[in-house]
Amino acid sequence: MPESEALHAEHHLEYPYSRSVGPVIGAFLTGLRDGKLFGVTGAGGTVIVPPTEYDPTTGDDTGEMVEVGPGGVVESWAWVSHPLRKHPLQTPFAWALIRLDGADTAMLHVVDAGGPDKLATGDRVTVKYRPASERIGAMADIEAFVPEGGAGA
Amino acid sequence: MSAAARTPRPVSIASFAQMQNVRKDDEHNEVEMLMPVIAEVFGNIGITKDDVDFICSGSTDYLIGGPFSFVMALDAVGVWPPRSESHVEMDGAWALYEAWVLLQEGEIDAALVYSFGRSSLGDLNEILSLQLDPYYLAPMWPDTVSLAALQARALIDAGKATEADFAAIAARSRKDALSNPKAQVANDIPAETLLEDEYVVSPLRRHALPPITDGAAAIVLAAGDKARQWSDKPVWITGFDHRIETHSLGARDLTSSPSTTRAAEVAGLADGPVDVAEIHAPYAHQEIIIREALGLDETVPINPSGGPLAANPLMSAGLIRIGEAAASIKSGKAKRAVAHATSGPCLQQNLVCVLEGE
Repeated sequence: MPESEALHAEHHLEYPYSRSVGPVIGAFLTGLRDGKLFGVTGAGGTVIVPPTEYDPTTGDDTGEMVEVGPGGVVESWAWVSHPLRKHPLQTPFAWALIRLDGADTAMLHVVDAGGPDKLATGDRVTVKYRPASERIGAMADIEAFVPEGGAGA
Repeated sequence: MSAAARTPRPVSIASFAQMQNVRKDDEHNEVEMLMPVIAEVFGNIGITKDDVDFICSGSTDYLIGGPFSFVMALDAVGVWPPRSESHVEMDGAWALYEAWVLLQEGEIDAALVYSFGRSSLGDLNEILSLQLDPYYLAPMWPDTVSLAALQARALIDAGKATEADFAAIAARSRKDALSNPKAQVANDIPAETLLEDEYVVSPLRRHALPPITDGAAAIVLAAGDKARQWSDKPVWITGFDHRIETHSLGARDLTSSPSTTRAAEVAGLADGPVDVAEIHAPYAHQEIIIREALGLDETVPINPSGGPLAANPLMSAGLIRIGEAAASIKSGKAKRAVAHATSGPCLQQNLVCVLEGE
């Protein structure tokens, strides 16, 4: 047994890399900055969102960028009553896998739905961007998805 | 597609040891945590470090918060004169796989595998976000519990499970853990009571989550004459494989585990019945997915050790499944067993190890 309490100290570890995002992810993030959502065509004509340089299922090269959304369907969701300090929203929200109109895969983002009783799998949601002046070409350019027809509908 | 197309060199689990799993061990550094485990895994069969030809470990720098932490951990073994050594930034189950592959080449006959990790040092929800896609996922800091909750909801929506099923798995696991002295969370609380828990992230309640665990584990592998020297009745690895799925979460069917199914095919799991399964399903609902992916019927006992719901030492919980499965055979409770390990969000990567006694 210890003779005294263990000493504790804060230790911050960071990996402050900057990355070049390439032609496909770069096009998607640039699209967000411009207020548009893009996918990419994959094997068999599927549309992959968010887009990657390779088809996530087959590994084949992907093709052309195609515009998708701005609405979509909630495929699954998880309700966060107590947001963590780094979460995109600091009020209760849902993480959701959202299949955007025109897409064959789902994208993870947050849904500002108002409450867990106001969201269900299969619900339609639509993108809510930050003001254009605040957008930088990152996932955070989307403030949240909101129920189609108005929050808390 | 033929199952078990390869006939692997027989390799035995000659010895297994694990630390007492605890919520927080801040009295020992990683070397001090490992030393008694290494001493036990060698002591069980009366050998020393000089009897193994290769050492492979599994751990992650992200827990300790410093680079190359596995190099320091080697001091727990004492590697002078220099030893052939390797490391994976993965659960020790994958370190075991690397050692097994090396043993297949036939040039060496014994290896030490160990793993360690203190989950208590940082915030796991933040740390585990860093294993995700760095462009589309990690910048939003989706926590590991929330991602598991998305998977649980998909399972419920697909009609494959209910919240009561999750509670039943949690209740059974922690009751079984009462007979495992190394378990961290062991109790006998009925599922109906557990269902009164608050949601952590809906639809997951507290009981469906793994505990936060500091721990370490080790296994000695032996082939050839050493397998016979170190055991009267060796426990053999008869099939071993691992597979991975895309890191694009939304491109997967989260209610199934095709990588587990494929690994089980290659490992020859279906070649015979199994008497016990040790499944590395940190979240209760994931046991349902893996049980189905492995093709196990309701008669096969799952996780008599309590499994990861009773102790989930990051980087060791998978290796411990293999050790516990081997222990079930060694004790005579099972003739043939399967162990599973997982890595990544929502069961992204899966390993299947089939074990048989004589």
